[in-house]
Amino acid sequence: MSKINFLKPDKDNLTTFLYIGSFLFVISVIDVFLNSFFSLNITGFLPSSLSFIVPIILGFIGLYFIRIEHSGYKFLDQVNKNINTNNFNAILSLLIIFIIIKATPPILSWFVVDASFAGDSKDVCSGTGACWTYIKVWFRRFMYGMYPNAEQWRINLSFIALALLGSVGYFATEKYKKYLTLYYVIIYPFIAFLFIFFFISGGPIFFDFSYGIIAAVISIIVGFFIPSKFKFYYFIFVPITLYIVLKYFVFYEELIELGKLDGLNWVETGAWGGLSLTFIISFFCLIFCFPIGMAFALGRRSDFPLIRYISIGFIEFWRGVPLITVLFMSAVMFPMFLPADFFIDKLVRCIIAISLFEAAYVAEVIRGGLQALPRGQYEAAKSLGMGYWRMHIFVILPQALKLVIPGIANTFLALVKDTPLIFVVGLLEIVGMLNLAKTNPKWLGFAMEGYVFAAIIFWIICYAMSKYSYNLEQKYKTER
Amino acid sequence: MDLKLQKIIPQLITVLVVVLVFGFFTYNAQINMENRGIDFGYGFLSQESSFDVQFSLIEYDGSHSYFRAYLVGLLNTILVSVIGIIFATILGVIVGVARLSPNYLINQFAAFYVEFFRNIPLLLQIFFWYFAALRALPLPQDADAILGVFYLTIKGLYVPAFIWENLNVFLYSLIAAIVAIVVIRIHARKVQETQGKQLPVFWIAIGLIFILPLLSFLIGGVSLSFEIPKLKQLATTSFIYEGGVSLPPELIALTLSLALYTATFIAECVRAGIQGVGKGQKEAAASIGLNPNQVLKLVVMPQALRIIIPPTTNQYLNLTKNSSLAAAIAYPDLVLVFAGTALMQTGKAIEIVSITMLTYLSLSISISILMNWYNKKIAIKEK
Repeated sequence: MSKINFLKPDKDNLTTFLYIGSFLFVISVIDVFLNSFFSLNITGFLPSSLSFIVPIILGFIGLYFIRIEHSGYKFLDQVNKNINTNNFNAILSLLIIFIIIKATPPILSWFVVDASFAGDSKDVCSGTGACWTYIKVWFRRFMYGMYPNAEQWRINLSFIALALLGSVGYFATEKYKKYLTLYYVIIYPFIAFLFIFFFISGGPIFFDFSYGIIAAVISIIVGFFIPSKFKFYYFIFVPITLYIVLKYFVFYEELIELGKLDGLNWVETGAWGGLSLTFIISFFCLIFCFPIGMAFALGRRSDFPLIRYISIGFIEFWRGVPLITVLFMSAVMFPMFLPADFFIDKLVRCIIAISLFEAAYVAEVIRGGLQALPRGQYEAAKSLGMGYWRMHIFVILPQALKLVIPGIANTFLALVKDTPLIFVVGLLEIVGMLNLAKTNPKWLGFAMEGYVFAAIIFWIICYAMSKYSYNLEQKYKTER
Repeated sequence: MDLKLQKIIPQLITVLVVVLVFGFFTYNAQINMENRGIDFGYGFLSQESSFDVQFSLIEYDGSHSYFRAYLVGLLNTILVSVIGIIFATILGVIVGVARLSPNYLINQFAAFYVEFFRNIPLLLQIFFWYFAALRALPLPQDADAILGVFYLTIKGLYVPAFIWENLNVFLYSLIAAIVAIVVIRIHARKVQETQGKQLPVFWIAIGLIFILPLLSFLIGGVSLSFEIPKLKQLATTSFIYEGGVSLPPELIALTLSLALYTATFIAECVRAGIQGVGKGQKEAAASIGLNPNQVLKLVVMPQALRIIIPPTTNQYLNLTKNSSLAAAIAYPDLVLVFAGTALMQTGKAIEIVSITMLTYLSLSISISILMNWYNKKIAIKEK
């Protein structure tokens, strides 16, 4: 046993330092622990300002004593390496440990211990904790908005059916895998639209807007078999012609009522709301903004100067303005630009506005992927005799999209997080419903519970999305 | 010939479609405005606005023009953005560096912060701070002073006001100090390049920036006093603080949530930037005898900044655009004052929405032009 120098812990007196150090550290943690959980102050005999910093000092000295390199104890080395590299780090570590210990009891008591869960009126919420009764009572409103209670099974059924249809990809056998893209890009959105319009809204199948969708779907499917030389002209002229033919020659006004299901009441979009509206809007905006964005990304890299300038103008315009002004525009300015008798539903206007807005961001992300591809890929595809569309669909885009999965996921996350903004046009999804519930005179004073509830829901959705995108990124990662 | 035609026709068709769509819109707009008896024009900007704004940086009341109201909104937007950017940058850099810390607790704490605030919609955060957190603050009469002079109450934050005398002398001395520092830096670089000596520029700079303004107090006749907010009773139960500067709770909630939210993205940019500098760079720098400070200053930071700055500017732009969410909690920013109140009063939807959008557009385009120029300047010049 050599001489002990307390200012310089060394390996020779390892056990001594270890005992003193861990003892001091444990004492400091116990002090804070007792203080916060049982409001016992074992250093209460000291002046108040001193008793506050005593645990930090004790813990600091303790950590200083056990900071011995290559001690031979694996655990000690691990601790030193991770939380105790130098004085500054030791203090930060201590502070974080103390903050966690200090913050646990109030958070726990607010969330669980003092919270009230039972009952269905405000009277049960007299404690200091959260009033989850409020969430329980308002749950249907937060989920479905003003949608009539008796009809809510329609939303549930549609969502379950769409989730099942959406999971088809996991069960598809090798034989059908090649049709999956077609299914997800065109057929599935179409089915989803039908469900939402026909079932959730309860409207007739054949209405003004559906001609456009039918025309688009038919022309896209047929478009696959058109030689690529004529594809451009085909897509410019045929869908519009088809729409006009459908609208004026095939479906007469009398046929409009035909597609309606008996027993389903019409629920106007103003009554939709809550989390289900968040899902509906995010879903359609995701589906629409992707192809639009892709088109503008290609347009921005096009060889035709006019198309390029138009794409640049579009992208920079939407990226330069805040979404809230875009929604303002769709609410107050857009109707001025349409014929007086032409009415577009508020929800549809919203979806169009958000889709165009996010499409500009998607376009920039995809452009990044296109730029990152080496020229050789383009040249190789061209030398194989591929045309513009064939080259992009089979060679360029699959590689470019693979590269930008994180960017696209971020844009989609931003889109989901932007949906609450539709309060501007008077649609109330979950955050809007919270603000409405908050002002209800029977339930004043529970704003906090509502926001925490919505925050948890959004956090779960967004976190799941980001984790999923990470998995996707790993799955499609290829060595280049 | 055929090839040329092939190039021209798609462009012509696209342009035709765009022109047709815009023509269709304009035509309808004309008809609609005629039907409703609205005339198009920006003349209303000089009319009397006759509405009040709660919080304004410049003198404004109902007798001023709509253009003045626009300026009030714009300045409030800029105020929120600037404060938000400052705090977001400070917090973002700290968190970004903390995420790279070897200390397990610290980097997990930072990661938790980033994952937590990034995945909750900004609007929800603004509502949370404004309607839930700040509503839990004490009433003015119950508030305790922070550091003796600040009062954080449900009606806002009251801070002491600075009352300057001969402010311009102080500012001149500050400018002189900055100029002197720049000159000394250039000189120090020259000395180092010619003689290899290193001057303690940092300490000289610190000294200058403190001593010169201090001299202006002692000699230049500058004086500074504080006006501390005092509690005043308006009615039996209604109190208010007088004097000092009061920051409305809307401003606090907005800047707080904008800063907390944007800081997560800035932190990720900073982390990516520092990680993006190769390990070999640091080792090479160390092997030619630079000390750790010099490695950081001369090798790591210049390269990291090149990666950090472009996405960070994007975040600044996002913050500025996100500040328009102020309309949700009635902070009088550009959108609320101009696209909200002014639009309701005049009914000039097209003019007002277009002005608002153009303002944001010119703001972001000018920043991105600046950014592109900067990017080109600092980009690696390969031979």
